[in-house]
Amino acid sequence: MSIKKVSKEQPLSFEFSKKNLEEANKIIKNYPDGKQQSAVMSLLYLAQKQNENWIPLEAMKYIAKFLSMPYIKVYEVATFYSMYNLSPVGKYFLQICTTTPCMIRGAYDLVNVCKKKISKNEKELSKDETCSWMEVECLGACINAPMMQINDDYYEDLDEEKTEKIITQIQNGEKPLRGSYRGRKNSEPENNRKTLLNIKNA
Amino acid sequence: MLKDEDRIFTNLYNDQGADIVSAQKRSDWKDTHEIINKGKEWIISEVKLSELRGRGGAGFPTGLKWSFAPKEVGSKPHYLVINADESEPGTCKDRDIMRFEPHKLIEGCLLASYAVSAHKCYIYIRGEYANEGKKLQNAINEAYEKKLIGKNSCNSGWDLDIYIHYGAGAYICGEETALLESLEGKKGLPRLKPPFPALIGLYGCPTIINNVETIAVIPTILRRGGKWFASLGRPKNTGSKIYCISGNVNNPCNVEEEMGIPLKDLIEKHAGGVVGGWDNLKAVIPGGSSMPLIPKQICENIKMDFDECVENKTGLGTAGIVVINKDQDIIKCMARIARFYKHESCGQCTPCREGSGWMWRMLERMARGEASRDEVDMLMDVTKQIEGHTICAFGEGSAWPVQGLLRHFKKEVAKRNNFNPLVDRNKNIPYLVDQHLLEK
Repeated sequence: MSIKKVSKEQPLSFEFSKKNLEEANKIIKNYPDGKQQSAVMSLLYLAQKQNENWIPLEAMKYIAKFLSMPYIKVYEVATFYSMYNLSPVGKYFLQICTTTPCMIRGAYDLVNVCKKKISKNEKELSKDETCSWMEVECLGACINAPMMQINDDYYEDLDEEKTEKIITQIQNGEKPLRGSYRGRKNSEPENNRKTLLNIKNA
Repeated sequence: MLKDEDRIFTNLYNDQGADIVSAQKRSDWKDTHEIINKGKEWIISEVKLSELRGRGGAGFPTGLKWSFAPKEVGSKPHYLVINADESEPGTCKDRDIMRFEPHKLIEGCLLASYAVSAHKCYIYIRGEYANEGKKLQNAINEAYEKKLIGKNSCNSGWDLDIYIHYGAGAYICGEETALLESLEGKKGLPRLKPPFPALIGLYGCPTIINNVETIAVIPTILRRGGKWFASLGRPKNTGSKIYCISGNVNNPCNVEEEMGIPLKDLIEKHAGGVVGGWDNLKAVIPGGSSMPLIPKQICENIKMDFDECVENKTGLGTAGIVVINKDQDIIKCMARIARFYKHESCGQCTPCREGSGWMWRMLERMARGEASRDEVDMLMDVTKQIEGHTICAFGEGSAWPVQGLLRHFKKEVAKRNNFNPLVDRNKNIPYLVDQHLLEK
């Protein structure tokens, strides 16, 4: 597992917003009585969403109380899983998949664009503190490689130029379209489809 | 090539829409209560007859797995858990099922839950698939509204609740017992087996865990009969399968094909051929990154099913085919895979925790040509120390790709790394030592 840096600057308190409190109570009901600890992962997500993409220590303490479990158990979970950010990553968090299937289709071109347009090193906030980027392991969209994830959305079939355009768009506060950037339909073989043609043309 | 009428996932590319109305047009949820009325025994025997093997990588016979669940529900409830933590590099089939064929999965959940006497089903989705999770949740809501699941699902008298649980970026949670730990709100550390989850699983209760694709093909098997499914492919390697073809091909794609289709057909016909032509092919990883690669001469004739892959010292795994051509540095490709395993090791067993990083560091230096002659053999030795000496199969998953590299490309590795070993100069160094720690 990767090493995680816990932010030195921490807010003094944390509690769920009214909406998230409702949501949290709803999630706990998904699990049997007495097994509320199962909800810890979902609650950490809620905290992360509420706190601009990262989880402060106070939120872990709050969730521990909320689920009546020891604080250290929440801390363990938050540090074990790579998707929980323990220090600020900015409003837009770019994750570039560089595992072999993406790498051999040019994922490091995307990384270079990020180095140029966002910050020199990964996990480092951009000058205006709105975004950061990081190399990640397989995101499970190998046939649409190379690709990256910005917050929840996948941007697929990219190259240097397209990545640059997407980053410029988010820096200007626009919302780029997610999905394939070569205009192909999901995971079909581009211009080479040999199956289910009746359905396609129906 | 598989005929279109024998394809199970007719909406693989989302030509028609994933909503319930479109799904019912594809005959999802058609007379589901009649299938349930035939009884648990019938469902399990039909799945056994189909010879369906799990699609998550290990290829365990599904009907047999289901029959391990206790026949009668005792003091503890039964659970069905769907493994949708798809993170194997090269694999992206479950994503498309959840996005475009969610109702096949949900109907499969109902039928499987009934067969193993579970009233609760958890679908464990990797956290990165947030949008896919939302789409699946929409489909679950639709199914509740139409009373297809919930109380008295499909008028069959069976109650079933389905919940989605999101992971958070840990590959190891695709291992079934690590998945259960994660579902219980802990770190994803695999458990020792036995006890097997079928008897002691989630919350200590009997639990059946299946891959998304395995469950999603169940409704069609039960509707068309186990015999039909078994008529595709060859004995013990039956049915159809979604193959993901990625890497250096002209048209990377997902495609559903018959088991045992020649690898060359998949690459040449469906994926538009290798970039630079067939002769530019270097190697193929046939079943996701955990499976050993095969060089071009094996790719010429190999058929893609479980047993033939094993005969060729590799595995079908998840059928995530990664094509690597001669423009790539094969050692660098495998070093990157080793880095993946170093990053994803849960750290519970020493051979894996230490070995995965060791292999990565050695391979990185080998890619640069900075390793000594002895280290090539040492690398093989390290893989052997990991393989079979860990709690879960992650150890094999990290060791096999490196073994595959050395099996087929040892000459190339040795040619690039031809230094005299450091031990020759410094006599006091023990044999098994990580040489990068020493001064060059």
